[in-house]
Amino acid sequence: MIFRPSHFTAVLLFALFASVVFGITQRETPKRMVGYGAYCFALFVLSAIVLSWVMYFIAR
Amino acid sequence: MPTQTNTGTAAAQPAQQGFVYLPLIAGWLVPGAGHFVIHKWGRGALLAASILGMFILGLAMQGKVYSSAHEVLDFLCLVGDLGNGLLYFLSRAIGLGGEPVQVTTADWGTRFIVVAGLLNVIAAVDAHNLRTGRKA
Repeated sequence: MIFRPSHFTAVLLFALFASVVFGITQRETPKRMVGYGAYCFALFVLSAIVLSWVMYFIAR
Repeated sequence: MPTQTNTGTAAAQPAQQGFVYLPLIAGWLVPGAGHFVIHKWGRGALLAASILGMFILGLAMQGKVYSSAHEVLDFLCLVGDLGNGLLYFLSRAIGLGGEPVQVTTADWGTRFIVVAGLLNVIAAVDAHNLRTGRKA
């Protein structure tokens, strides 16, 4: 089986998996785990989008 | 003079019995197993799904599983891959991720596999901390 995601899909998958692990391992209560996981996910995705636009303007 | 008791140490005492490194070793060998050993079923299942998912998607993207290192960066990637425990040795044994593929998604897949190993180490250490009582 070969999986060829788009770059953005790969970013979303990476952010999802990493955020789940960060949330569970870095916080103690379930509520704080969910909050921290969501925070990490948002930071992963937003930073990828911002850096993508920065690289777009650098390349022009 | 009244004696002062350390409640934090007393609370951690029951977790100190037995082989405290079992969750660490089990968690490294099999993703999520460290949490299963200490009966944290929900956390273990989520960790296993995340780490296994990342590793399998990395292989499906034709990512490379490092077998040797000729440069410093290769060595770091090899260390990351070894964090996958039995998944690493199993994939090497059946020849998965052995052929370098020159497509963009293969490069991402290689990173997925390395990061899955690093996340697995974090999860195993977390299981060890739960076992020793360092984390609630």
